[in-house]
Amino acid sequence: MLRGLFIVLKYAFRRPVTTLYPEEKRKLPERSRGRHYLTKWEDGKERCVGCELCAIVCPAQAIYVKPEANDPEKPHSHGERYASDFQINMLRCIFCGYCEEACPTGAIILSNEYELSGYTRESLIYTKEMLTEQKPGDSGRDPKREI
Amino acid sequence: MLPLFSLAIEVVVKGLILIAVLMLFAAYMTFSERVLLARVQLRLGPNRVGPFGLMQPLADGLKLLAKESFQPAQANTFVYWLAPSISLFTALFAFTLIPIGGAVTLFGHEVFLRIADLNSGILFILAFSSLAVYGVVLAGWGSNNRYSMLGGLRGTAQMISYEVPMGLSLLTVALAAGTLSLPQIVEAQRETHWFVLTQPISFIIYIITGFAETNRAPFDLPEAEHELTGGYHTEYGGMKFAMFFLAEYVNILAISSIAVTLFFGGFSGPFDLPVVWFLLKVACFVFLFMWVRATLPRFRYDQLMRFSWKVLMPLATLNFIVTAFFILGFR
Repeated sequence: MLRGLFIVLKYAFRRPVTTLYPEEKRKLPERSRGRHYLTKWEDGKERCVGCELCAIVCPAQAIYVKPEANDPEKPHSHGERYASDFQINMLRCIFCGYCEEACPTGAIILSNEYELSGYTRESLIYTKEMLTEQKPGDSGRDPKREI
Repeated sequence: MLPLFSLAIEVVVKGLILIAVLMLFAAYMTFSERVLLARVQLRLGPNRVGPFGLMQPLADGLKLLAKESFQPAQANTFVYWLAPSISLFTALFAFTLIPIGGAVTLFGHEVFLRIADLNSGILFILAFSSLAVYGVVLAGWGSNNRYSMLGGLRGTAQMISYEVPMGLSLLTVALAAGTLSLPQIVEAQRETHWFVLTQPISFIIYIITGFAETNRAPFDLPEAEHELTGGYHTEYGGMKFAMFFLAEYVNILAISSIAVTLFFGGFSGPFDLPVVWFLLKVACFVFLFMWVRATLPRFRYDQLMRFSWKVLMPLATLNFIVTAFFILGFR
C-alpha cells in the first residue's frame, strides 16, 4: 500500500496533459469533418449544379436545395442549373460527410472548423451566402481539383 | 468580577477568530483538494476563476448560497434543519481545546493560544466526535427518504464502530503523558520525545480510525452512496449541503490537529514559531488525507465493519495492554 502511495505521488510531478482551451487548441487531422463550404471553380463559377444529391443522401435531412435554370448570359455554374437557395440547418447536421461523398462536382466540402456556436436557433441555419466561399480556394481545398 | 469579564471577552474573541479562520481553511481545503487530486491524475485543477483559480471557493460559496432552499415533503422541519448545524457545531467545537501555541503577551496580558484547557481534554474531544454521529443520523431520518435513512444508519454505524479503537489508541498517549489535558501532553512531548516514536502502532490505529470518523476515503461509503442509492445528505441542497461539506473538512482539520498535538509534539519546534510549526504539521496531515483519497479504492460496507471489530479493536486493546505494562513496569 505504501508503494502504491508513492506511485501515485510520482504522478504529481509529471506535466499535466490538459490542453488549455481556448488558449491552446488541438490540431485536428486533415480529414476531420467540420463546417460546410460551397466551393467554386478556378474561374469563379460555383461548382454546385443544384442536383440535390446531397439533400437526398443526408441522413438527418438537414439540407434544403432550390434549383433553378441557369441564365445563358450570366451562368452561375457550368451546367444547366444552379442552386438558387441552399440552406443547411447546422443543428440537424450530424457532420457525417455523406453530402461531400455524394456531390458529383465536389461543390460541398467539410472543412476543419468546429467552433460553430450561435446565440439563437435562427443564426445556426446557414444560408447560401454563409456557405459559399468568397474566392476560389478560401475553404482550403484546391480549386483546380476535378471533384 | 473584572477578571471574569475579561476572560469572557478573551474567549469570545478567540472563538470568533477561530471560526473565521477555520471556515476560510475549510473553504480553501476544498480548492486544494481539487488541485491536488487533479495533479496526481495528470490534469490541472481549477485555474480559471481568479489568479491560479484562487477565487474558486468564493465562486462555489456564492453558487451554493444562490440555490433554492427546499425541504422534502412531510419531513420533520426541526430535525431536518438541525442536522447540518449539529455536524458543523461538533466539528468546530473540537477545536476549543487544541493548543496552537504557548503563552504570548498581547496588550499587557498573558494570552494562551488556546481557547480552553480542561483537565479531561482527550475525553472531551472523544465525546464531541461521538456527538457528531447525531448529525448524520438525524439528517438521514429527517429527510423522509428511506434511502437517506439507510445511508445515515450506515454512516452512523461506521462512525460509532471506529470510535472504540480510536479511544483505545488515544489512551496510550494519556498513559505515557500521565495526563488527559492537551497542553500538558504537548509539554510532556517537549520534555521527552514525540509520542509517535515510542507508540507508532497507536499512531497508525489513530490515523486509520481518523479516516473512518471523517467519512474519508477509503472509508467514504456514506459519501459515495449518493451516487448509488441515497446518502444521508441527498435531500439537502444549497447552503445546508455546504454546511455538511464544510463540517467534513473541518473534521479533517480537527483529526489532523489532534494527531499533531498528541503524537507529533503539537506546536513545538526549533526557533520560537509555535503557530507556524503547528500549521505546517497540520498541513502535512491534510496532504496525507488527500493523498490517500487519490490512491485507495473504497471499502465495501461489510469489509469496513469487519476491519473495525475484528482487526482494529483487538489490535488497539493489545497495544494498550502492552503499553500499560511497559509504563507501569518502568515507573
